[in-house]
Amino acid sequence: MAADGGALLELRGVVAGYDEIEVLRGVSLAVRTGEIVCIIGANGAGKSTLLRTVFGMVPARAGTIRFAGEEIANRLPTEVLKRGVGYVPQGRCNFPAMSVEENLEMGAYLRRDAAVPRDIAASLERFPVLAAKRRDLAGTLSGGQQQILEMAIALLLHPRLLMVDEPSLGLDPRMVEIVFDALLAINRDGTTILMVEQNAKKALSVSHRGFVLELGRNRFEGTGRELLENADVRLHYLGG
Amino acid sequence: MALLEIRGLVKRFIGVTAVDRVDLAVERGELVSLIGPNGSGKTTLFNCVTGYVAADGGQVLFRGRDLTNAPCHRVARLGIARTFQQVSVFPRLSALDNLLVFLQQHQEERLLARLLRTRRLRRLEVDAIERARGLLELVGLAHRADAAAGSLSYGQRKLLAFAAALMSDPELLLLDEPAAAVNPTMINQMKQHILALHRQGKTVLLVEHNMEVVMDISQRIVVLDHGQKIAEGPPEAIRRDARVVEAYFGR
Repeated sequence: MAADGGALLELRGVVAGYDEIEVLRGVSLAVRTGEIVCIIGANGAGKSTLLRTVFGMVPARAGTIRFAGEEIANRLPTEVLKRGVGYVPQGRCNFPAMSVEENLEMGAYLRRDAAVPRDIAASLERFPVLAAKRRDLAGTLSGGQQQILEMAIALLLHPRLLMVDEPSLGLDPRMVEIVFDALLAINRDGTTILMVEQNAKKALSVSHRGFVLELGRNRFEGTGRELLENADVRLHYLGG
Repeated sequence: MALLEIRGLVKRFIGVTAVDRVDLAVERGELVSLIGPNGSGKTTLFNCVTGYVAADGGQVLFRGRDLTNAPCHRVARLGIARTFQQVSVFPRLSALDNLLVFLQQHQEERLLARLLRTRRLRRLEVDAIERARGLLELVGLAHRADAAAGSLSYGQRKLLAFAAALMSDPELLLLDEPAAAVNPTMINQMKQHILALHRQGKTVLLVEHNMEVVMDISQRIVVLDHGQKIAEGPPEAIRRDARVVEAYFGR
């Protein structure tokens, strides 16, 4: 889906960190409705912390975070979730001893409407790898299948924005393709995506725009192609 | 005689044969990569070699000695070091101390020497700290030397674990996805360092999904699928192997 221009998520001068360590030192960025935006940067630059701060898991010490025009800084994660922000953290985050279908039911935990079974069925149809494994325990799925399951879980609340932290982590090359295809399909269905990814060339090639985070500040910004072609970005963040 | 020789290794978990009669020999000084789809048995093979899980069949020989199902600490003392996919650091120790801990088991620190704080011991300590600082520099963590390892990001902890594996100056290094979650520029530096170790005569067995790394630095690649070895050869041959392309590369 093409970006339509309006800012869905907007950060201005966000400062955040843990105890005495300041990780974000004034980050400003905007994600427009319909976009895929990716954040890249060195290890320890604050990429994961940025997603956690938006989601309310790390307090914002200064700055504003607006989602769909409303201030959401320092709200509880459940409230951010209810407003339409989905979040898939880095690494595995499902219920390994529950079946795929039960995991999807857990994804709809906050919903009270009658359409949940229909949405779960639609989700299984959307991701055939999950349909084939619907009764299998999530912990027995391969890493890539679990990554797709975790995105499907987050989608059951119909978020307007889906934040994904390192979708390709630990996946074999074929699975990386399948996971990125799934992200593109989710975006075509109308969900805006903000991702953090170290597989920067791959991520930028599917993103409308990208941001480079450096020591807690945003340093470069541009379309995926601009960043891929920028000599400084190539040298310092894409490995030359 | 190969430095590491695995003969007919078998490891079963409930309902699955994770490693299915795998033969693999790594010569002294070789740089070999082990690739294959998620779930093909690469990490399980590492676990069997290093004594983390007991093999159900087959043999592991290191320098010709039978090491099958030897306990981890013995494996480590004989000169095999490894890293883990799931990063393992001591969260409350500083980054620097995390490296110093790894050295201890390999030094002959006798109680008397400790009590007397002999000159030799002090020199060992100074050398160890210098070595640890050098490794932190190498992985871009020098500025976080005194920070608690638990405060580092996932990728940084991964780099710290890589440095820790190098502390003991192992003869054989088993690296399990060192490049995952690591920034591409840092991956290039790791690559250079692995090549430098190789030039010094170290033996490296690498599990990695980043094909730029694998194809660039490996002398030989071994491919696993469903626990079985399906191919083995130099990078160019592996890239063209139809079975490998189908099982692993996709399009």
